[in-house]
Amino acid sequence: MKQAVRKELMMGNEAIARGLIENSCSVATAYPGTPASEILSSVAKTSKQLDMNMHIQWAINEKVAFEIAYAGSMAGLRTAVSMKQVGLNVASDPLMSAAYMGTAGGFVIISADDPGPHSSQTEQDSRMMAMMAKIPVLDPDSPRQAKDMVGMAYTLSETFKIPVMLRPTTRVCHSRQDVLPGDIFPSATKPDFKKDPSRWAATPKFRYQLHLELEEKLAQIAVHKATEPILRNPEANGRRAVVSSGVAAAYTAESLKNLQLWNRLPFYQVLQPFPLHTAFIRLLLEAYDKILILEETTGMMEIQLADRNRIKGRLSGVVPRAGELLPEKIEALLASFAGVEAQIPSLTQAPGRRPTLCAGCPHRASFFAIKKAAPRGIYTSDIGCYTLGLNLKAVDTVLCMGAAISQAAGFYHAYKREEKRPDIVATIGDSTFFHAGVPALIDAVNQNVHFVLVILDNRTTAMTGSQPTPATGKSATGEALVKVDMEALVKGCGVAFLEVGDPYDTKGFISMVKAAVAFSRSKGPAVVIARHPCIIDLARQGKTADPVEVMVTEECDGCGFCHQHFECPALVEVDDGQRTVVDPLVCNGCGVCLDICPNGAIVEK
Amino acid sequence: MKNETRYQIVISGVGGQGILFITRLLAEAAIEKGLPVFTSETHGMAQRGGTVISHLKVGEFASPLINPGQADGLIALKAESLTQHGGYLKPGGWAAVNSSAPLEMQAPSRPFYLDADRLTREMDDPRSLNLIMLGFTLSSVQRGDFDHGVLHCSLGDVETVLENRLKGKGHLLQSSLRALKAGADSAAAA
Ligand code: SF4
Ligand code: SF4
Repeated sequence: MKQAVRKELMMGNEAIARGLIENSCSVATAYPGTPASEILSSVAKTSKQLDMNMHIQWAINEKVAFEIAYAGSMAGLRTAVSMKQVGLNVASDPLMSAAYMGTAGGFVIISADDPGPHSSQTEQDSRMMAMMAKIPVLDPDSPRQAKDMVGMAYTLSETFKIPVMLRPTTRVCHSRQDVLPGDIFPSATKPDFKKDPSRWAATPKFRYQLHLELEEKLAQIAVHKATEPILRNPEANGRRAVVSSGVAAAYTAESLKNLQLWNRLPFYQVLQPFPLHTAFIRLLLEAYDKILILEETTGMMEIQLADRNRIKGRLSGVVPRAGELLPEKIEALLASFAGVEAQIPSLTQAPGRRPTLCAGCPHRASFFAIKKAAPRGIYTSDIGCYTLGLNLKAVDTVLCMGAAISQAAGFYHAYKREEKRPDIVATIGDSTFFHAGVPALIDAVNQNVHFVLVILDNRTTAMTGSQPTPATGKSATGEALVKVDMEALVKGCGVAFLEVGDPYDTKGFISMVKAAVAFSRSKGPAVVIARHPCIIDLARQGKTADPVEVMVTEECDGCGFCHQHFECPALVEVDDGQRTVVDPLVCNGCGVCLDICPNGAIVEK
Repeated sequence: MKNETRYQIVISGVGGQGILFITRLLAEAAIEKGLPVFTSETHGMAQRGGTVISHLKVGEFASPLINPGQADGLIALKAESLTQHGGYLKPGGWAAVNSSAPLEMQAPSRPFYLDADRLTREMDDPRSLNLIMLGFTLSSVQRGDFDHGVLHCSLGDVETVLENRLKGKGHLLQSSLRALKAGADSAAAA
């Protein structure tokens, strides 16, 4: 299929999506997570525009997404799964096993890392997961290269019958570049699953054989031409060299030019950090006295280079062990490695603005009610916009997807023999509940954990840009799907107390949570579903509720209660905190604040 | 020659102000002119009212981020953005700042001020602030007597990009063009 050849401004994630479509991918699955979310939504958008015959889905979690795409590969199709790095932890079980079993059709795992971290719990390096699983990983430096690497990954996967990881980082995912779209080759492959139980259902005895096979594949991949490191400046010669991959390589290229070191320091860009090419390792150790390795976020190329004296990187301590390699850091590292003086300004850290729930966000109302109903409780929470409930002191713990419920159980078991037991209220979003909350809830019912679970059901996966949940009944491409009934699911887990309320109804909702707390003290788990749509999602769909016009009267004495306990960005302190006013540009007209001012100063206009 | 087609601009403010949108307009204006372009954006949690920053690099670059001390210009959608991100400016760089009063600068630069919050309120369209500031910026830098070009595109270029992007969304297009023009006009008035 020929496409108009005009450069387009493509986000890294869009470029990866384009790469998948150009390279005949027929099954693409994902679970949303920053910085990876736009990959699948772009696949969905483009495939719809071009009327491609693909299966594209948001799965309930990364493990399920992985397994669906992997089975597609077993059936001989080209498939892909995408997620953020911590999502790969969830999918690590199938990952480790799939590496042994290998693939039939090309299978690409896209795991987006977040050095910084900007929007994640950890700075973990997915390339280390690839190394642990023993599969090759490609590390793109830009949207353009990310798109090219999709094709490279499919070739690699099909040549060696192995899953291949593509590991972009935030700066690749969320940068945009002018990219030339290529031709599209829709898949002509028909699914054809060839039964082979000694592979696809291998018992431990066969697994040993598969492991040997895997090692053999890796040895061949380490001499594979197409993914060899590139010497970017053949004109440079010297006994010191720089090795870099991913976006760090892009910064290195610019910095070497800025510092006029381009002709002096040989600079190798690695495309495939694992397995590092055998000949390349030999060359480095033979030709150079000192080698600086610039990579994100762990020293994983460094690990593969055995010489501890000549290799300078994250592990040797020359490069900071944690944190993003910003261009100014790289420039400073290169200057000192080359022994040149350079003035490199860095940014003085000024305090930024902390994020907060949107004006009118229903979660704010839910948190307010929870704190009223269980004022001295332990509040476990989870991953999503509502993590920001910590600004309101209504979130005490955030561990990982689904942990709100299991941690609530853990606190209950820790305190249950005490005379005074704290109330425990867990909050979890609808998408997170489906993702990893359900097994934990079954466990809590089984153990009769005394706690309240408030499911913050805003009908969408808000944080990552409004992807559907299983309850939305909509596919990634907008077609109707079967809706999963959350109430039936909760009841099916065996929960005896279940109420559904609207947090915008402040008073009614507070008494509902109070009743749940009372039930949890004497009987067992109680669940409240706080149901109100995300206002951003509504706005995206072009819908708005009738706004309530609010104002602050003379009764306001500047007590600050609404800021500390409610923190709506539309309520602004003026006159040095003497008074509060409503910023009409920001106010969403939800009307929830009408019930919160202790002086009754917030009224309807 | 080469210098003329290399621009590095930082756009900063807080989540929800529409920074991504104006970054995109400027980037597409570059593509229209056949210039290579790189942007870097903030996504995720910070978009909920936290500090948000975009980098825009037009010309031959390999990477998406701008080094501190090297930006040609800064568009600050909040006054505090200047304090936070003024360090990106090179000596003599310009800054278009949303503020009702001049501020003390962190780096030597050429500031232009506009009380865009007030203008936004007057226009009674809370979502127009980003375009007001963009219009103001484009018009201000064209008026400022810099020795060489300071931006890769003009107000007219951005209008064309808007018209292409919002084709078929008549109402939105009209209000967007109005905001752009209101910003540009206030640069003329200043
Ligand atoms: S995006 Fe939706 S869920 Fe997230 S803070 Fe805003 S209103 Fe709340
Ligand atoms: S009505 Fe009150 S709580 Fe709701 S957005 Fe406006 S100021 Fe905030």
